[in-house]
Amino acid sequence: MKIDTDMVDYIAHLSRLELQPGEKRAMTEELERIVAYMDVLDRLDTQGVEPMSHVFPVKNVLREDEAAPSQHREELLAGSPGGDQEAFLAPRAVE
Amino acid sequence: MTWETVIGLETHVELATKTKIFCSCTTAFGGAPNTHCCPVCTGMPGTLPVLNRRVLEFAVKAALALNCQIARHSRFDRKNYFYPDLPKAYQISQLYLPIARDGAVDIRTGAGDKTIHIHELHMEEDAGKLVHDPWLGQTRADYNRCGVPLIEIVTRPDFRTAEEVIAYLEKLKETLVYLGVSDCKMQEGSLRCDVNLSVRPLGSGRLGTRTEMKNLNSFKAIARAIRYEARRQIELIEEGGRVIQETRRWDENKDASYAMRSKEDAQDYRYFPEPDLPPIQLSEDYLDALRAARPELGEEKRARYQADYGLPRCDCETITSDRALAALFEEVTALGAPPKQGANWIMGEVLGALSQRGMEPRDMPLTAPTLARLIALVGAGKLNRNTAVKVFEAVFDTDGDVDGYVAEHGLEQIGDDGLVREACARALAANPRSAADYRGGKEKALGFLVGQVMRELKGRADPQAVNAALRELLAP
Repeated sequence: MKIDTDMVDYIAHLSRLELQPGEKRAMTEELERIVAYMDVLDRLDTQGVEPMSHVFPVKNVLREDEAAPSQHREELLAGSPGGDQEAFLAPRAVE
Repeated sequence: MTWETVIGLETHVELATKTKIFCSCTTAFGGAPNTHCCPVCTGMPGTLPVLNRRVLEFAVKAALALNCQIARHSRFDRKNYFYPDLPKAYQISQLYLPIARDGAVDIRTGAGDKTIHIHELHMEEDAGKLVHDPWLGQTRADYNRCGVPLIEIVTRPDFRTAEEVIAYLEKLKETLVYLGVSDCKMQEGSLRCDVNLSVRPLGSGRLGTRTEMKNLNSFKAIARAIRYEARRQIELIEEGGRVIQETRRWDENKDASYAMRSKEDAQDYRYFPEPDLPPIQLSEDYLDALRAARPELGEEKRARYQADYGLPRCDCETITSDRALAALFEEVTALGAPPKQGANWIMGEVLGALSQRGMEPRDMPLTAPTLARLIALVGAGKLNRNTAVKVFEAVFDTDGDVDGYVAEHGLEQIGDDGLVREACARALAANPRSAADYRGGKEKALGFLVGQVMRELKGRADPQAVNAALRELLAP
């Protein structure tokens, strides 16, 4: 797959990232190299191989429905910007 | 031209678990902002989700009751989108291998019976709540709801009218409440519905361009929004316009919907398998156990009440419309109340008392033994029906002691025929005019006399007995 500037713009927009022209160039090259690396996989014959999502043979990891205390709000909000006592603050987002 | 409306529904249902889907925080509704949160549900780096066993169980129970095919192998996927209601910037959901597919729900409307097909049912986490502050230009995020477990039930575009949609939602709600997997309170958002709607010329095999409507908070709003949107699309096309695929928000106050100002209309969620959660594999034993544990659902109860108790269909429908009412009816009957008496009390006095208090049946203080005792006293001739209603009102809020109240207020019905006869004779002597009227053929006069006797006896006599005694005394 070819990564071009339009693709980088699109992905940046979806992630709400603002990239400077220089960063955009660097990002395009970097993503290009990453995707090219994955192209190695195309050399394998995957005819008849079932797609998989997990490498380890682990399944059904479940917990009981038992409540535990939540985190203290003060602690939870300590690392968030804006200094609000009750809520996480974000720039105004309107649908 | 005749138009046909085509509707599909996506219904989100909050599951009635104690804790969230991937962490041990409580799912209790409300609470001070961000007090039901932990590093997992606020998306802190380095945390790992672990699936709640009961979420899986409830999702499978719901899917079985909706006649779905259960996936023996299932897993979660990440749905990526950047919005502050979702601190991880992705929602854990199921796209590629949902827990269930291909279900069917039978509905009944005035137009007849119909089967609505379910495309799929999957598990996912709920998002947080945002409050936009226009003054400070800020958005405040409360993540209490973040990670509350949901199932999303997606139908095929099988609906043609608002009535069908409402019939389906009522059936769905009833089923999920009877299963105990959700309380389905629309006002608290535990049942939410998005409506996908398009129109096409009647007989056309092709689907028109659809819109999606959100923010529908009641069955009434859903029905109105459907009628509004169908009309809007038809008018648009008939005027030479074209329907645009978009998400619209219903404004209940304005009774209209408007397109949401979404900067990005072409959604791209870049789904990929969730690496933090191992896949789910279900055994036949597990499914058999859940099938065996399924409680009796509303439709089955209605059939049984009709067959075993001989109750009319409409009585059955009223009583089974709520799980707590059905449970009350069954308990009262088990305690010996004649089924029709139990049904009448529930449909009359119980529902009346509840609506007067704006109370849900499940929150009712009155218990089955109390109601059964009242019915038994009436049946044994110890209380007349009218006095029993007064006792009912007196004990309803505290589930008070019926016998104690009756004794304390001297309400027991006078069983002594002699006393009743004496009171009747006194009433005739005091009201010679009415007695003469009755003898002269005025049937109405008897009612007045019965009233006089009942008043003298403080309502404690059996009106039938008073009636009979008066007729006897007045007989020529």
